[in-house]
Amino acid sequence: MARKKSEITPEVVAEHGLSEAEYEIVLDRLGREPNLTELGIFSVMWSEHCSYKSSRRHLAKFLTTGDRVIQGPGENAGVIDIDDGDAIIFKMESHNHPSFIEPYQGAATGVGGIMRDVFTMGARPIALLNALRFGEPTHPKTRQLVSGVVAGIGGYGNCVGVPTVGGETNFHKGYNGNILVNAMCVGLARADNVFYSAAKGVGNPIFYVGSKTGRDGIHGATMASAEFDDDSDEKRPTVQVGDPFTEKLLIEACLELMATDAIIAIQDMGAAGLTSSSIEMADKGGVGIELNLDHVPQREPNMTAYEMMLSESQERMLMVIQPGKEQLAFDVFEKWELDVAHIGKTTDTGNLVLKHNKKKVCDIPIAPLADDAPNYDRPHVKTEPRPVLMPADVHETQDYNDALLRIMTSPDIASKRWIWEQYDRHVMSDTVDSSQSGGDAAIVRIHGSNKAVAITTDCTPRYVQADPYEGGKQCVAETWRNLTCVGADPIAITDCLNFGNPERPEIMGQLVGAIEGMNEACHAFDYPVVSGNVSLYNETNGQAIPPTPAVGGVGLIPDLHKFTTLTGANPGDTLILIGETTGWLGSSIYLSEILSREDGAPPPVDLSVEKLNGDYVRKLIRSRRVTAVHDLSDGGLAVTACEMAFSSGHGMNLSAPANGRRHGWLFGEDQARYLVAVEANSVNPVLSTAKAKGIAAQIVGTVGGDRIAADGAFDLSIAELRKANEDWLPTLMSGDT
Amino acid sequence: MQTAVIRFPASNCDRDAAVALEKITGRKPLIIWHRETELPAGVGFVVMPGGFSYGDYLRSGAIASRSPIVQDIKAKSERGLAVAGFCNGFQILTEAGMLPGALMRNKNLKFVCRPERLTVTNANSRFTSNYDAKSEVVFPVAHHDGNYFADKETIGRVEKEGRVLFRYANNPNGSINDIAGIVNEGGNVFGMMPHPERAIDPLHGGTDGIDLFKSILETL
Repeated sequence: MARKKSEITPEVVAEHGLSEAEYEIVLDRLGREPNLTELGIFSVMWSEHCSYKSSRRHLAKFLTTGDRVIQGPGENAGVIDIDDGDAIIFKMESHNHPSFIEPYQGAATGVGGIMRDVFTMGARPIALLNALRFGEPTHPKTRQLVSGVVAGIGGYGNCVGVPTVGGETNFHKGYNGNILVNAMCVGLARADNVFYSAAKGVGNPIFYVGSKTGRDGIHGATMASAEFDDDSDEKRPTVQVGDPFTEKLLIEACLELMATDAIIAIQDMGAAGLTSSSIEMADKGGVGIELNLDHVPQREPNMTAYEMMLSESQERMLMVIQPGKEQLAFDVFEKWELDVAHIGKTTDTGNLVLKHNKKKVCDIPIAPLADDAPNYDRPHVKTEPRPVLMPADVHETQDYNDALLRIMTSPDIASKRWIWEQYDRHVMSDTVDSSQSGGDAAIVRIHGSNKAVAITTDCTPRYVQADPYEGGKQCVAETWRNLTCVGADPIAITDCLNFGNPERPEIMGQLVGAIEGMNEACHAFDYPVVSGNVSLYNETNGQAIPPTPAVGGVGLIPDLHKFTTLTGANPGDTLILIGETTGWLGSSIYLSEILSREDGAPPPVDLSVEKLNGDYVRKLIRSRRVTAVHDLSDGGLAVTACEMAFSSGHGMNLSAPANGRRHGWLFGEDQARYLVAVEANSVNPVLSTAKAKGIAAQIVGTVGGDRIAADGAFDLSIAELRKANEDWLPTLMSGDT
Repeated sequence: MQTAVIRFPASNCDRDAAVALEKITGRKPLIIWHRETELPAGVGFVVMPGGFSYGDYLRSGAIASRSPIVQDIKAKSERGLAVAGFCNGFQILTEAGMLPGALMRNKNLKFVCRPERLTVTNANSRFTSNYDAKSEVVFPVAHHDGNYFADKETIGRVEKEGRVLFRYANNPNGSINDIAGIVNEGGNVFGMMPHPERAIDPLHGGTDGIDLFKSILETL
């Protein structure tokens, strides 16, 4: 009798993204050949996206604990304590690969996914932010990608009714083949009612709730774990489709059920859908799980076990329900008209057992799926340091008016109003400040209280490219600084580490360097990482993106009577610059926009100076010594002054040194600096206290009039600069360039 | 005065409206679930909140306008019940035939969210009596389908009867005659795309919306 031919050929294994060595481990742990469903399960669980196999050992170095940390990495999102029994739950996540292939749905489902990570833990989402990176503005795909991504983010967040309050958008040719869409969600919960994913007990019912399972998104996680090539458009079917209406119902229904004691454990179905949610719940709780796939709500007939387990249909949750509370769960979900089904139970076998059409279609031990997931120490080489550029090495413009206009209309500095006006920033009525002001951090009040969270996302990829370690430090430091600018105590961060192919040692070197730099800053500020994700293989045809470790920071404003934005400067105020200026032009916006150069070492971040200066600025805000605060970052003092002028409507008159040092003074990007506006009677106290603390502080100008001017350099009206700054993106998007 | 906010499954300004009503009346409004068939007795003012009611995958507000509770509100409004709809609430009121006209997709086809300057066109209505004539207010807008349209005859009548209560200073959506908010013939049903309920707090959107609520509540 002929032996049945194996369906698991080496080609099938390779199509599932498993290496030969990885497949050997599968064979060893199972003691037999897997069937196709089982192979699919191993393949997604061991994908880069789910297993973090290239980054895990490096992520383990991060500072993840602190006085306010309730839950660090490892759960759906991080949880921090913000006093009075309140907790903030937050995370940032990438949706890069799908957004490039199908921008509207890719971005929309990115927003949906990150919100589920947050409300899964018992929090009502209260704010959304996005860190976006697109290719060069003139690239033929850029406009379509920008408009699709922005519409997708808005289409989802606006409907669900969570304000999109901030974010950042960069353009660079390094993203021509791989855009980045990183979405962050911040939620509010009671600290004593946070929900976790560890399944518990034996024989407890497992419920499925939310949208029906369809054939969309199959192998999305595997797609996000590979490079793109010219045929990437063919991967469109692996992109999921979002339904914000169902998400809204899910939020309300889950929060309603969470107010009872019916839920033992809960997990959203994100990447790798039913597979990763069930396995993570079982693994964390040390139990087995048995599911009957016949009971899974299905969008179309005749779906196979393989398809159901690997589908990434959106808006679905899995939960372990307290025995005896089944009817309560049914009642709540039916009230919200959601599909709900009792699809299985917890077991003591330690195995994932799946039944379909009355047959057992999968029986695999859960522990190896998690414990034996590959964990590679990939070779990495350090990025070659670049020479430090002195101001004298950099040509000084002879036309400062032109230089300032060019910088204010450069892609990274130009107003992003065209984007954020498509997001509802006000729903929930607690948005104290948002993208609207152009400020450093969004401020969202804790409903019904007098305190608020400050939230920001930051990354300067050109610095990370030039020096991953210093650049990594800078990303964390900039979020810390931005939270400080509004008077918040920075508490913790989430991150989205976007890099190229980790199998290339120079890319791996960027990742390792950035993590080490970020971690040093985390330690210096006592500012732990509580959640995040890693997105690798952001490459097309071997061309990697600039290394982009996007950081989302969250801080607490304990008293909304004591905060500041960049808006409040009044005519007659004095402008004081806190922090030292050397005129650092390496890797600056001035260099790239005016001289078309991208060389030079990035500005170093002295973390102890950063902390000293920031703590002082926060103290000034809380003692109401300052009317406005804005940090100095891209484009230096000149850009900061323009943004303060746009926001307040008042002119800024800056002093400037003599020729030769002026460009570094006005456009240099030295770190740890803040521009503060102070009333006349506060000038001396601010300066003398700074001196006593050893902090560099000097008067650099005054507020008043309707022009933005610097001695002997530029002198332009606010109106002209504002118009130029505001017009750039609408002009680009209208296609009139 | 007992007030009420109707809650459709994807209403998302229901809380904003409830906070505004409580702040102004000192009393929590009733939250009425969309499957109810009748308003409780004693309700004198109803807010149809913003949001996406049933997802708005069909025309915005179209499905909500057929819900049982809206039939009851419509019947009671014909006997004088005061009703205001903001954003999606305005869309529902037009779909239900409680206000004339329709809200089409914004002229530039994009969602728009920004603080919007409005002029009070008629300060003699039940919804605007606390404002000075021709005064200017700022309410946030946040909508995709806010482009108000009605046929020429209807617009002529609405204009002639002074039923346009607010106009945009910088029309954000293409609305005909810059119309931002209108009232029905009886003067008791009002709809507008901007969000006065998001303009009751100096820390969030200003306080220009307070007088709108005060105006109508004082008449009850």
